[in-house]
Amino acid sequence: MSKFYTEDNNQIRKLWTFSGGIHIPDNKAQSLTRPAGKAEMPQRLVIPLQQHIGAPNEPLVAVGDKVLKGQMIGQSQGFVSAPVHASTSGTVVDIGDHPVAHPSALPGPCIVIEPDKEDKWADLPPPMEYYATWDKRDIRNRIRESGIVGMGGASFPTSVKLSPPEGQQDIQSLIINGAECEPFITSDDVLMQNHAERIINGAAIMNYLLDAKECLIAIEDNKPEAIEVMKKAVAATEKLDNAHVVVIPTLYPSGSEKQLIYILTGKEVPQGGLPSQVGVVVQNVSTAAAVSDAVLEGKPLISRLVTLTGEGIKEPQNLEVLLGTQVEELVPQVGGYTNQASKLIMGGPMMGFSMRSDAIPVGKANNCVLVPSLDEIPNPENISACIRCLRCVDACPMGLVPQNMYWHVQSKALDKAKENNLFDCVECGCCSHVCPSRIPLVQFFRSAKAANLQLDRDQQKKERARERAEARNERLEKIAAEKKAKMEAKKAAMKKKKEAAAALKKEQEEQAAAKPAADTNEESTGSEGQDG
Amino acid sequence: MQFPTITSPHTSRPNSVQKAMLWVILALIPGTLAMIWFFGWGILINMVLAITTAIACEALVMKLRGREIKPVIMDLSAILTAMLFAVAVPPLLPWWLTVLGVAFAILLVKQAYGGLGYNVFNPAMAAYVLLLISYPVQMTSWLPPMMLNENPMGLLQTLNVIFGGALPGSLTWDAVTMATPLDTMRTGLSLNQTVSEISSNPILGQFGGKGWEVVAGLYLLGGGFMLYKKAISWHIPVSTLGGLAVMALLFNILDGDAYPLSSFHIFSGAAMLGAFFIATDPVSAPGTRKGQIYYGAGIGILVYIIRTWGGYPDAIAFSVLLMNMAAPTIEFFTRPRTFGHRGSGND
Ligand code: SF4
Ligand code: SF4
Repeated sequence: MSKFYTEDNNQIRKLWTFSGGIHIPDNKAQSLTRPAGKAEMPQRLVIPLQQHIGAPNEPLVAVGDKVLKGQMIGQSQGFVSAPVHASTSGTVVDIGDHPVAHPSALPGPCIVIEPDKEDKWADLPPPMEYYATWDKRDIRNRIRESGIVGMGGASFPTSVKLSPPEGQQDIQSLIINGAECEPFITSDDVLMQNHAERIINGAAIMNYLLDAKECLIAIEDNKPEAIEVMKKAVAATEKLDNAHVVVIPTLYPSGSEKQLIYILTGKEVPQGGLPSQVGVVVQNVSTAAAVSDAVLEGKPLISRLVTLTGEGIKEPQNLEVLLGTQVEELVPQVGGYTNQASKLIMGGPMMGFSMRSDAIPVGKANNCVLVPSLDEIPNPENISACIRCLRCVDACPMGLVPQNMYWHVQSKALDKAKENNLFDCVECGCCSHVCPSRIPLVQFFRSAKAANLQLDRDQQKKERARERAEARNERLEKIAAEKKAKMEAKKAAMKKKKEAAAALKKEQEEQAAAKPAADTNEESTGSEGQDG
Repeated sequence: MQFPTITSPHTSRPNSVQKAMLWVILALIPGTLAMIWFFGWGILINMVLAITTAIACEALVMKLRGREIKPVIMDLSAILTAMLFAVAVPPLLPWWLTVLGVAFAILLVKQAYGGLGYNVFNPAMAAYVLLLISYPVQMTSWLPPMMLNENPMGLLQTLNVIFGGALPGSLTWDAVTMATPLDTMRTGLSLNQTVSEISSNPILGQFGGKGWEVVAGLYLLGGGFMLYKKAISWHIPVSTLGGLAVMALLFNILDGDAYPLSSFHIFSGAAMLGAFFIATDPVSAPGTRKGQIYYGAGIGILVYIIRTWGGYPDAIAFSVLLMNMAAPTIEFFTRPRTFGHRGSGND
């Protein structure tokens, strides 16, 4: 891991190179040949209730309800969560499971809205134009209520990321991620070229919230136009005087959070740790723009830029899409499919997942719909045995030894795989890409992680069951003990009574015998004390 | 619309196993042609024999395992093993020894361990050593290079020798064979001759032996081609040659009369072939880049030690096999540091 230098406002800035990574054809030109457009009002909106990592949302509306654009329709009380909003006005026609863009290909709960085409806004919260006069808590709350999540693919609630835990609040660098290192995707590029101001405003707001020492806007050097525009915007703004546009070399996966932090700061986020642990917060450029909309205009996150590209699409283009619009309604707007269309991939080729049907909605983190030809993305070839060529080791940006992890995963030695730091794998796919034996390494790692989590969950379940059983036993024991105590108390009372009766009898006898009664009385008191 | 689903990454991938093997085979060809040029038809005959045997053995194993034959042969690894074996053994080796060696390499060293990717030892070198120990005379009977050969043999004569064991006319084995440059150096040194005295022997050339050094140069060229094509990485060849050269240099400085130059060692025997084509077999090398450097250096140092003080003139095969044994340990101690695990040692 070596250092190198880049120019930054005629100054030299030090950058770091992580080991590994791969150079792949970026294929970004095709979707940039046409200017970005706006998608038409769809016939139907299928809004997934769960578009974030964290606690699941509950619907706030019922079938038949009329909703307005920007109205909150799903929410959760959990801290790590983000509500969802109606992307336009209309009627709720269904609430239930629908196919969603998720790697598991399992359907998820969605709210289906039939738009009334009036596109009528709900009452929005007041703009916080002078946000510096607002309480930071209110701003964070606004960001949370606006449903903003990491739009680069992570879908982690943004408000949570902007609230670093106690002891990690000394933020050195706020990194605005415009690297966009996955091939084919250009939505962030287009956003930077056309909406630099929104990004800068959003960055300024987050900068204010975090009180960061510097704000670094990182862009890969294959996007010269975006770099130019962003540099100008940074120079023009007065809101963000600690910002720098940093041009980084094009290398996949430079846009991955941990790698980007390393490139810019030389800091390594420890395993299982948060970036704030090393004094860094990373936000995607799209997220920054959404923060700007939410804080300055009160608008929740209801639309995003999506790249529709690949040789399977007639007229590749970027579209501003209402969240919940289904891919099948978008494709005709970019000329439809060509007869070369071979697959449907949500996201980029490296980390995206291929879907069976195009009847799936665009969600907050879906930046790309890729329909490649077989030339662009051939079908998988036959797998052969690992020849230990170490290409995967050379390519892994996390310093892992994928071939060994694969070996352990394959022989079901999950513990060994974990010892080989399976959980550090960021699933970037570099190893699979370079493997000459065509072993789908990352796929093995994904499944192994899932299986391991399931194992952990089962273990937890067992643990919980055991705890519950123990608690129950304890409770029962307690009840039994109480019962026993009661019984004994009763017995004691009986005995006392008996004794008292006996004493009385004795007394009477003694009285009858005309003897001093004080001794027996004392005795009786003593026995009472003992039993009590 | 409906689509087939596959798992990410969705990319058109570079360099398959087959392609990598193909580059290695192509890289081996110039040196092989030079071998045929300098040492006659025997090399070519051995090569054909070895490749045929290798394919037959692979086919047999696949048949027994009830698997398809074609993909396994098409990965070219067996053919490469056969070629490496053929350029390593003497040109007039009796046919049945070639067949025995290759069959041993493929059936026992490679397939009995589970096939490509699972073999612990380099198949070609294991077979070489087996034959060297069992048939030392046949395995060390080298021919003189073409320019020194007073009795060059034609194709038919060569076939006759290899398959019939009959030398043409009144020739004797002693007249046909000649010590290799390494042998010559060894014998001379043991007779207390100085390096420069030995170097005046006609068999020695500019760096190594006549003919031999050209072959080595072409292997070097092939190595460069493989590096360029990324069929191999630099770690093993550079450290192997480096280990050998540094050892030679140190002793040469110590006593230039008793220890030949580094260039002699590098351009003699199978050093170049070993460094680029044999030691680089990834399957039996350690699985870390740092480990590969130690591994290569180990091979280079062992080659020097065995050549200088051991019982055999050349030592590539022994050194590679010895380091194969050490590979898992080297790998264990050179695991890379995982990103974000600063200061936690090897994990
Ligand atoms: S890239 Fe593939 S063949 Fe090479 S070591 Fe890794 S898993 Fe094995
Ligand atoms: S997918 Fe995991 S193992 Fe493979 S290169 Fe990326 S981080 Fe390394």
